[in-house]
Amino acid sequence: MNLRNVSIVYHKELTEWLRDRRTLISTVLVPLLAFPILMVGMTSLMAVMMGKAEKETAKVMVIGGEDSPQLLEKLRKDSDLEIVPAADDYKKQITEKEIRAAVEVPNGFDAALNRGEPQTVNVYYYEGEIKSSFGVNHVEKFFNDYRDSVISGRLASRNLPGSILRPFVVKKENVAPPEKVSGAALGGLLGYMVILLSMTGAIYPAIDLTAGEKERGTMETILSSPLSRVDLVLGKFFLVLSASLSTAILSIISMGTSFYLVGNSGAMAKKDAAVFQLHIGLATVLSVFLMALPLAVLFASALLTIALFAKSYKEAQSYLTPMTFIVVIPAVASLLPGFELNPKLALVPILSTSLVCKEIVAGTFHWNYILLILLSSSVYAAAALFIAVKMFQRESVLFRS
Amino acid sequence: MIEARGLSKRFQDKKRGEIHAVENVSFNCKPGQIYGLLGANGAGKTTTLRMLATILEPSDGTAVICGHDVIEEPEKVRACVGFLSTATALYPRLTAQELVEYFGRLNGLDEATLKNRVDEIFSRLEMNGFRDRRCDKLSTGMKQKTSIARTLVHDPPVMIFDEPTTGLDVMTARTIISFISDCRDRGKAVIFSTHIMSEVERLCDHVGIIHDGKLLEEGTVAELRAKYSERNLEEIIVKVVGPLLSKAED
Repeated sequence: MNLRNVSIVYHKELTEWLRDRRTLISTVLVPLLAFPILMVGMTSLMAVMMGKAEKETAKVMVIGGEDSPQLLEKLRKDSDLEIVPAADDYKKQITEKEIRAAVEVPNGFDAALNRGEPQTVNVYYYEGEIKSSFGVNHVEKFFNDYRDSVISGRLASRNLPGSILRPFVVKKENVAPPEKVSGAALGGLLGYMVILLSMTGAIYPAIDLTAGEKERGTMETILSSPLSRVDLVLGKFFLVLSASLSTAILSIISMGTSFYLVGNSGAMAKKDAAVFQLHIGLATVLSVFLMALPLAVLFASALLTIALFAKSYKEAQSYLTPMTFIVVIPAVASLLPGFELNPKLALVPILSTSLVCKEIVAGTFHWNYILLILLSSSVYAAAALFIAVKMFQRESVLFRS
Repeated sequence: MIEARGLSKRFQDKKRGEIHAVENVSFNCKPGQIYGLLGANGAGKTTTLRMLATILEPSDGTAVICGHDVIEEPEKVRACVGFLSTATALYPRLTAQELVEYFGRLNGLDEATLKNRVDEIFSRLEMNGFRDRRCDKLSTGMKQKTSIARTLVHDPPVMIFDEPTTGLDVMTARTIISFISDCRDRGKAVIFSTHIMSEVERLCDHVGIIHDGKLLEEGTVAELRAKYSERNLEEIIVKVVGPLLSKAED
């Protein structure tokens, strides 16, 4: 191996890569702009829509209750509810979203309430429909408040304190530091994104530098130079690796910015927004990248090898597109609850890295697993790079026709 | 300078089985000489030249170029060879100068020598007007000149041209022909394959007629004319190859 030649090839490939408009779009523009636009845009839109739906007065039909003027009067006075006249097709009106819910008041409600007899009020709604859910919430709140006021009145008439119904109170308090809270919520996502993006970032340059070069007729040009095939493949490999890592880094920067913007935009409730306020330190992010580095080497080498086998750009694309699924499936599996690291899983590429990244972001460092995963994924990466070098030495692959 | 010793190349084909693309081809080419390799499409010319340029490895036999064996020392062989064919395209996103410099560096030239070489070649080939233009914006003639500059940048003693004028217009083809002639005048050993007989008559000192992977005839143009009592080179090729074609048809 001649480092000078590897560096010459790398610099030439970098120059060409940076001059390619498609590269600029796929590696820089898409990750830097698409994520913040999607994230901020979608959450703002959602917050606006949800807020609007929540603030809207809910159209609710009251069925029965003619003999309970006291209840009807209270319902009509509630500013969150708009009472519409009863109709037989209330179910249809709910499913067609004309009204949000319907309340069925049993006969003699007011009288039974005064006698202290238990009774049931039925509320009909549309499960899964957001506006209907908001309507039901308003109705439930109304009846809960009404029930509380009735109970308070009954206790007061018997000279009993309110605390008789609440002998003790249960209070929840979070003791995990903020980084662990956001880490548990979004920890898996960071590792998943780094892994997926280092894969997708490598696809285009891997094709361009192999099948693309065959298609453009420059492969024979470079093979006629004194450059050794090992130096050629290493120069190309380092470029694909750079592309892969820069896509991942730019995307993570943009993702961090998006989370910051969403968390601080005021578009979401404070409690929900707290999840988006990532308290992930630079050291953690670097640790995730360190764990993902052997995987990026593996992707760059494997993609170069597969794309080299293709005769044309299109053929290479059809080979590499399914590769995304091979990466996505184990990466997604690691996000599922119950998937925990064990010595066997630590040897499974992609899945192991994804799992350990999740733990690192949550602030847990299992050093034995970290070392085992680094070692195993480095072995896979080295094997993939070795195969890539061997492929570049095979005439049947280079001149496949 | 160039010595092919029983060069053979076999390929595996899924449908046709083993294909003998080149069989036991031997010839010599000395400095200041142009050796023309003549033959129909699929005769084995490109495979032979690719083996000499170490792009393909011979299945049997070998070749020695500038004292280096193509199998044992392929990188040293490539360092003393300039290879040009219609299949050797240019990097579209590099400028003409960047491309020539890239190959100069890969050939081990230091920056000072490289600068002098590039300036000299760009002046000689009248390329200064487009040295900073990207290769994908060059005309066919400019591209051919850039390809020539690429093969010349390390001043190799051996030049290999595989059908270098195929598909080119008259003016661009003339540039190439005069460049090949110039290489001989500068004492380089040149191997050249073509279909165009006028180019052979004008350029070649020695010719070899290759058919079905075998070198059937070899000699100077004058020797072949005398042997076959025929002035027209095309007719000579027909006389050499014709009997084999008739046999194959039978």
